[in-house]
Amino acid sequence: MPLVSVRGVSKTFANGVQALDGISLDIEAGEFLSVLGPSGCGKSTLLRLIAGLAPPSAGAIDWPAGKPDIGFVFQEPTLMPWATALANVALPLKLGGVGRSERDARSAEALGHVGLAGFERTWPRELSGGMKMRVSIARALVTAPRLLLMDEPFAALDEITRHRLNADLLALWERSRFTVVFVTHSVFESVFLSQRIAVMAARPGRIVSDLAVAAPYPRTEAFRTSPDYAAHCRLVSGHLAEAMAA
Amino acid sequence: MSARIAAPVVMGIVMLVLWEAVVRVAKIPPYVLPGPILVARTLIDDWGMLAPALVVTLEITLEALAAAVIVGGLLAILFSLSRWVELSLFPYAIILQVTPIVAIAPLIIAWANNVDLSLLICAWLVAFFPILSNTILGLRSVDHNLLALFELYSAGRWKTLIHLRLPAALPYFLGGLRISGGLALIGAVVAEFVAGTGGSASGLAYRILEAGYQLRIPRMFAALVLISAAGIAIYLLLSLLSYLLLRRWHESAISPEG
Repeated sequence: MPLVSVRGVSKTFANGVQALDGISLDIEAGEFLSVLGPSGCGKSTLLRLIAGLAPPSAGAIDWPAGKPDIGFVFQEPTLMPWATALANVALPLKLGGVGRSERDARSAEALGHVGLAGFERTWPRELSGGMKMRVSIARALVTAPRLLLMDEPFAALDEITRHRLNADLLALWERSRFTVVFVTHSVFESVFLSQRIAVMAARPGRIVSDLAVAAPYPRTEAFRTSPDYAAHCRLVSGHLAEAMAA
Repeated sequence: MSARIAAPVVMGIVMLVLWEAVVRVAKIPPYVLPGPILVARTLIDDWGMLAPALVVTLEITLEALAAAVIVGGLLAILFSLSRWVELSLFPYAIILQVTPIVAIAPLIIAWANNVDLSLLICAWLVAFFPILSNTILGLRSVDHNLLALFELYSAGRWKTLIHLRLPAALPYFLGGLRISGGLALIGAVVAEFVAGTGGSASGLAYRILEAGYQLRIPRMFAALVLISAAGIAIYLLLSLLSYLLLRRWHESAISPEG
């Protein structure tokens, strides 16, 4: 039984642009799925539909076991500049009516999980881009959601920071095994992270291939230079090139 | 930092010395142009009469500013919660703003039938618009991803207002407040001129009118100095308030060194 079943979903915006056309996708519980595609292919729109932030124009999004708690990470850190790192992470708990002391304890723990223990009282403007993104991930995970939606979260970061965050995200996922839907336009990132890659084509957005990445976890930096990794990248690149030509 | 204070202070002293020198050398009579020393002496001599007038004007100004904050702020929140209320009322707020206060002050004075109340209404009319329009702008200038996040956690209108829209609007509101502080004082003074109130509880504008009739030009200058000083003090206080509220997080209040 999948966690979420996207069935024949299309999305046409009010201005007449068709963003998605007949998307069908079953996402299993605990799975790490990347949605890979060129910019403008509607992958962010798909994520927003799954999150329930916008309704599909046609088709349905089913939750066979009920809709779980969802965490969302945007491309920008999207922190509240008037709140400390701790208060930013605590936001979902605060909105959910969790009491102050429990909220602070759980938020401090979540900050610890993303490697920011001791940064509770710092303000967003004092943090680097990578650290802000860590706070954003801690905020998404603080409610212990069963589904984490990530919209090109590391696209704006430098490569060194991106690799570290990739590794840290995988470590968090391997420990808690929440379901991840990770939107990216990077072949290398999608192969490094995921068990499965859905390749999308643009105008209108549709899924053209559904590929498995069979490499075992934990995936270390050594995986990035392995022949297995290179072979997968070549395969996925080929599918992406086909998608862009289609 | 020192240059920022020293430069205008030195400039001011030079201008005052020049003024005093011109008045003495050209032997300009004090009923045309009093020198700064005479103005200062008048300020001290007439303090017993000018201080209560300053208090009256300041009271009207601060009451009008408080009313502007309450009405402007609440209207902005109401507008942000209901598109229909905004569509129906905002054009009238603009009409109130663009109508010269001098032109409608006599009407207000005639209608209110109470001098203090009419002065307050006039000063408030001038002061409330910057707070209204700035706060509306701030309430709308919310990161749309943060809005999506609040929606994802089913925050609802009130929680979104309190935890997201209001803090996001704070810098804009404070910018409006600084403008309104000066405008409330101008509104109070202008209304007082139009009203021409008499009696014991009269403000600085009336003292200026009265001194003008009596050709007591040094006293006019002394009252003018007090109005300027009051305006500067209000601006500095509101700037300090703004700094204290924003220094932790807003770019406008953060010094470049860090």
